[in-house]
Amino acid sequence: MSSVTDPRQPRPALRISEGTSALATKPVSPKIKMATRQLYKSYQKGSFGIPVLQGIDLEIYEGEFLAIVGSSGCGKSTLLHLLGTLDRPDAGEVHFDGYRIDNLPSASRDLLRNKHFGMIFQFYHLLPELTAMENVLAPALIAESTLSYWLRRGEHHRRAVELMELVGISHRVKHKPRELSGGEMQRAAIARALLNKPRVLLADEPTGNLDRSTGKQIMKILGELNQREKLTIVMVTHDPWIAEQADRTVRLVEGRIQGV
Amino acid sequence: MYKLLLCWRYLRTRYIALVCIVSVMLGVATMIVVNSVMAGFTHEMQARINGMLGDLIFESRSMDGVLDADAHMKKIKAIAGDAIVGMSPTVHVPGLMYIDVNDQLLTRQITLVGIDETTYSSVSAFGDYLQHPANREQLSFSLRNGGYDIYDHQVPDQSTQKPRTQMEQAGWWYRKQKAMLKKQRQMVADSASPDTSQRNPFATPEGEEAQGRDFDMATEQHVGIVLGIGVCGYRSADGSDHFVALPGDDVRVSFPKASLPPEAINEFYTITDIYESKMSEYDASFVFVPLRELQKSRGMIDPETGKGKFSSIQIKLAPGAKAEEVRDALQDAFPVQFYVVSTWRDKQGPLLAAVNMETAVLNVLLFMIIAVAGFGIFAIFLMIVVEKTRDIGILKSLGASGSGVMGIFLGYGLSLGIVGSGVGAVLGLMFVANINEIADILGRITGQPVFDPSVYYFYKIPTIVAPFTVTWICLGAILIAVLASVFPALRAANLHPVRALRYE
Repeated sequence: MSSVTDPRQPRPALRISEGTSALATKPVSPKIKMATRQLYKSYQKGSFGIPVLQGIDLEIYEGEFLAIVGSSGCGKSTLLHLLGTLDRPDAGEVHFDGYRIDNLPSASRDLLRNKHFGMIFQFYHLLPELTAMENVLAPALIAESTLSYWLRRGEHHRRAVELMELVGISHRVKHKPRELSGGEMQRAAIARALLNKPRVLLADEPTGNLDRSTGKQIMKILGELNQREKLTIVMVTHDPWIAEQADRTVRLVEGRIQGV
Repeated sequence: MYKLLLCWRYLRTRYIALVCIVSVMLGVATMIVVNSVMAGFTHEMQARINGMLGDLIFESRSMDGVLDADAHMKKIKAIAGDAIVGMSPTVHVPGLMYIDVNDQLLTRQITLVGIDETTYSSVSAFGDYLQHPANREQLSFSLRNGGYDIYDHQVPDQSTQKPRTQMEQAGWWYRKQKAMLKKQRQMVADSASPDTSQRNPFATPEGEEAQGRDFDMATEQHVGIVLGIGVCGYRSADGSDHFVALPGDDVRVSFPKASLPPEAINEFYTITDIYESKMSEYDASFVFVPLRELQKSRGMIDPETGKGKFSSIQIKLAPGAKAEEVRDALQDAFPVQFYVVSTWRDKQGPLLAAVNMETAVLNVLLFMIIAVAGFGIFAIFLMIVVEKTRDIGILKSLGASGSGVMGIFLGYGLSLGIVGSGVGAVLGLMFVANINEIADILGRITGQPVFDPSVYYFYKIPTIVAPFTVTWICLGAILIAVLASVFPALRAANLHPVRALRYE
């Protein structure tokens, strides 16, 4: 599972298993990390359903850095939320490591988000009551009971400090989010996303709220993570320059994939 | 783990939560204060009631009484046996008392109680309430020379009391002064009246002189009587006592004879002591005279056998004896149409029931206050959930479950309840510990005494802190705080993560 797949190589066909119990099915291809099939999603506005995604077929390969681009309102964030099991599709399927994940019970989806996906957002979404360090530790705090956290606190702290050094905010350990700059907050968010060693990083406009040079630094961190840690990254952006940093770009227009 | 951490942080950073804590705190403190004071009053009152009455009262239904107390007591002893440690027969009869205050007759409605001075103290704490130290040792219906208490001996701290200066004179010296004054006034009245026909030595003597001898007030006394402090005195709002009659004064009492048709008779008695049971109902109506004398006056003595009639027998039970069981056993043994057996609680049943009901109603009302605090928590929590919508979304995106998010807010409610009731309990207990000082200060500020000793016959507000009640109040408050946070917590748990993340 650790081999890196070149996305430009011919892709093996994705076989979708029958039935709803996804965990019971065997993974299809080791190279495909995530996939969607005929994904539909619409939002209810009064009595009208506004279609957002209209049949998305997408494959994400292990170790690739994929950018999803498109104008605002084209549904790219919605697609990311569906990939990250934050929302359920109206129709279609989402697969992770060959397992169908869109129809899993809430508890399993919570576990997936906690252990296997790391998410970063345009507005950083740090918890204002917690320090930068505690924010980075949040996934571990959520995953573990008080006792087991207490027993493993040293390990968690070392990991958090390591990550904060990696993203360059080790001098901000005790600061609250309101005392940090935008770039620092996004770095803390990245460190938080990486804490539980996720296999996929889902980034929703990670530079959307930052100036060009800070955005560049964030992109550098993401690029290094992709290169060095072989981390699969799916990034949503509307900025073509940012999208250029990725290995592959998918364009979304009105809820459909238009170009690769 | 994150639940604990976030609860703690929310508790420290959301100052609006302080409002919830304050409201819970005030409710808890008020309930503790009210319950302690009510418990104190109830306890004090029960002690007073039980102090004046025997544990069990065996009564004849007829006011004229029934013959032979000894035979009855023997039978009672045979039935109840070891449960009884003391018995004393008494005669109760309603009467009117006239007290001469500067030639004005003050009338009091009283219950005349004939007691056997040798045995009565074995069935009640009556002896402890008397004002002369020697009478407290052994009650005697003869007037003492002096030495009546100036300070209330039942209150250990004399520094806070107002001295009863009038009691300094009480006794034979006072009686002699009164007699002298009376003689002088008589002489003045005689010399002012030119009509000497009344001074005719051969005229038929009247009043006491009709008994065939002169009654010398300065050296003799009538039959002794012990008055309640409320019968012969009153207490002003500042706590000082004033007496209209003192030991040494004579009073006239009229009451019915035990005959058919009933016939009113008048008797003079000399006050030999005053008692203060601090149960104002008793202090203002019960007066005690020697049993044998009362039986004689009312014609309750059988001329053939010399045995007297009694109207009730006061029974003292052994510690641990079940009053209700003994009562039922006795009631079964004696015909119910002639005798009534009741416990002291039964005697004051309506009063005790009223106090219990007042406590219950107050508790309900005060619990409503905490319930109001609960609604406050509810509203503030809903607000906090709305304010924290995005944070809830973040937590869910990091893998927190709905029940986990719910746990944060339930835990938050729980900690508010614990902190609020904890601080409230401390505050309430401190208030109870210093309640008299606080009452004084409030009285000084408002100019109206909060606790009027003339109403209650206590000098201080009695309080009893029951640990069980305090625990119960605190647990109730915590429960309300948790219940109030259930709905906001559910709302937080059910927030859709995407909508929560997008919430601005």
